[in-house]
Amino acid sequence: MKLTKETFASYQETLRNAGRRTTVLVGMGTCGIAAGAEAVYKRFEKEIAAKGLDAELKPTGCLGLCYSEPTVEIKTPDGKSTVYGKVDAAFAERIVSEHLETGNALTVNIYETPAADLFDDNGKPLKQQRIVLRNCGVINPEKIDEYIARDGYAALENALFDMTPDQVVQKIIDSGLRGRGGAGFPTGRKWQFTKNTPSDQKYIVCNADEGDPGAYMDRSVLEGDPHSVLEAMTIAGHTVGASKGFIYIRAEYPLAIDRLNTAMKQAREYGLLGENILGSDFSFGIEIRLGAGAFVCGEETALLASIEGKRGMPAPRPPFPAVKGLWGKPTVINNVETWANIPMIILKGSEWFSSIGTENSSGTKVFALTGKINNSGLIEVPMGTTLRNIIYDIGGGIANGRKFKAAQTGGPSGGCITPEFLDTPIDYESLQTIGSMMGSGGMIIMDEDDCMIDVTKFYLEFTVDESCGKCAPCRIGGRTCYNILDRISKGKGEPEDLRKLKDIGHAMRKASLCGLGQTAPNPFMSTMKYFEEEYRAHIVDKKCPAGKCKDLLTYSIDAEKCVGCTACARKCPVSCISGEVKKLHVIDQSQCIKCGQCFTVCKFDAVKKG
Amino acid sequence: MSEKKLPDELINFINEWKTKPGNLIMVLHRVQEHFGYIPREAAFEVAHHLDIPVAKIYGVMTFYHLFKLTKPGRNQIAVCMGTACYLKGGEDLILELERQLGVGLNTVTPDGEFSVEAVRCIGCCGLAPVMTVNGEVFGNLQVNRLSGILKKYKG
Repeated sequence: MKLTKETFASYQETLRNAGRRTTVLVGMGTCGIAAGAEAVYKRFEKEIAAKGLDAELKPTGCLGLCYSEPTVEIKTPDGKSTVYGKVDAAFAERIVSEHLETGNALTVNIYETPAADLFDDNGKPLKQQRIVLRNCGVINPEKIDEYIARDGYAALENALFDMTPDQVVQKIIDSGLRGRGGAGFPTGRKWQFTKNTPSDQKYIVCNADEGDPGAYMDRSVLEGDPHSVLEAMTIAGHTVGASKGFIYIRAEYPLAIDRLNTAMKQAREYGLLGENILGSDFSFGIEIRLGAGAFVCGEETALLASIEGKRGMPAPRPPFPAVKGLWGKPTVINNVETWANIPMIILKGSEWFSSIGTENSSGTKVFALTGKINNSGLIEVPMGTTLRNIIYDIGGGIANGRKFKAAQTGGPSGGCITPEFLDTPIDYESLQTIGSMMGSGGMIIMDEDDCMIDVTKFYLEFTVDESCGKCAPCRIGGRTCYNILDRISKGKGEPEDLRKLKDIGHAMRKASLCGLGQTAPNPFMSTMKYFEEEYRAHIVDKKCPAGKCKDLLTYSIDAEKCVGCTACARKCPVSCISGEVKKLHVIDQSQCIKCGQCFTVCKFDAVKKG
Repeated sequence: MSEKKLPDELINFINEWKTKPGNLIMVLHRVQEHFGYIPREAAFEVAHHLDIPVAKIYGVMTFYHLFKLTKPGRNQIAVCMGTACYLKGGEDLILELERQLGVGLNTVTPDGEFSVEAVRCIGCCGLAPVMTVNGEVFGNLQVNRLSGILKKYKG
């Protein structure tokens, strides 16, 4: 069935008015499935059929409560919603026989509704606000009708028939939307450049090469709401005069690729993608291109080289892709999260969008909140939310009652936010001021057990490995800095090292060709600034205060506490602990490999780490 | 040698993509999907069918982490080394796997059963630390669960 300008609105209306039934939503993103959501889904299917209940079971994308997967939401026709977490097959059976059959929600495994369209009395959003994730965990991503019923493709219809391309560009510019991939370039301006560059062929590209370790918001959007990206790309195609789009996605995301393929097929069948969209004379096609595990391909010029089938090496800018991009043609390239904002801006207006967030950073930001936090998950908050709100109100505080040490944003290109900045409103500028960056939205929480030198080394190892090798500052500078950090972590650092790191870091920032090299020094520049004492402890005292750097650790057995149970001696992989039953045990320091197994296994607290 | 020849379905795939610009990475993915890696002979055949130099193919293959030049184990274990997994003990998982299997990273066990690699973030940070075996994800892992998982896959 092909929809047209004439039939679209009435079809949408029919879908919207479809009768409401009790709905069982099972979160089936990659993490939900990994936690066992498929078995839960099957059990619901079986039990609902066996009991002949009038309930609709549907798989949906990530609900955002990653710490409680598998997650299930029950929605009843009266508008009530209950979210159950940590559901297994047996618990699914209980939900059916108690909640669904009797109508009384259970009182265990209840979690707070994630799709928090929570507003206070003045209409001001509390905690989270979902624009990008509006459909994730709400619709079945494999059914286009569910997307259409929630205003899907209405923005495309508007842009095609009720607006001129200039009006669309102006709307995006006025909204203040900035690229969510990291650098924060105004999206509308990009579109304008491409629109105003005459060319026989132009391209639209979606950057779904989410390589930043600890970030998975793009995966969740594509798995939970693929049509929003397709719709936005089609709108952009019409606006700038492009007939072809590419989605460049990591091969590591098979489920997202599947769901995109399904979505594209359905959109074509409905006449929302392909030839003569909605009966107009505008045609637009989208193809998927797979990445192959190269972080540098998140950089736009490298990504374009990769789509062209080449080694993903970045090129100097200018010329910018908006003017000279894929195969030398003007190309609009935006990341998944940026695209997902577009339909809402077209529908609700630029004033609405710019009223959310801060003055220079409008809208919301999705963060993948992970690490040492109680409620790890996918959250979306208005720009300007403070870190304190995110960690303590939404994230439920630091895990295991430990103390907050730092939040890392921006991944290998970013830096740390320390406790003194807990109340700084987070937006593009404020993060840069304190030496971090927005990045794509990974937010990793670290506690007092995490060593900043160890973490910094981890990031630098990553960028060294991912450097494409084209320019010397990144290739040689990164490696040299890694070697220095490695030395420091092994107690062989010298006071001079801190100055060396700073010098090389500055050179890399100034002279590297692309974003990867320019930002690679950020992790150590930021940690040296805020955790200088920890660096000095490693360099001068040869100690790792967090107890993480193995070469600086010694394990010893407390003669007072050791009862001679032999547990440590039996566990030691290199047999360097000697002692007889019921007698004091001793660790041979020259043989010890500092694996810490004796420390873990001792029930009497007799093994000391220091 | 002959088992490394491209089967008809692969040749059809290549022909289908032949005229599309920027096809090489997609073709290499398909070849790797079939063989589990990209055998040298297959790379030569791809060069022939696409009419591009072998050097270009190797240039691309060696640039991208995902393309394998040697045959992996029958069961491929991938331990996530994204930041969240690293902080929560991903490295301990690797050390223990190396100990139990008796081979280091990226090396196949003598019986051909397993190979272990450290991979980039697979986006399951909420379940850290995570590893996958042949694509199946195991989350919230602890070292003591590893031997059970290995047993499950051993032929």
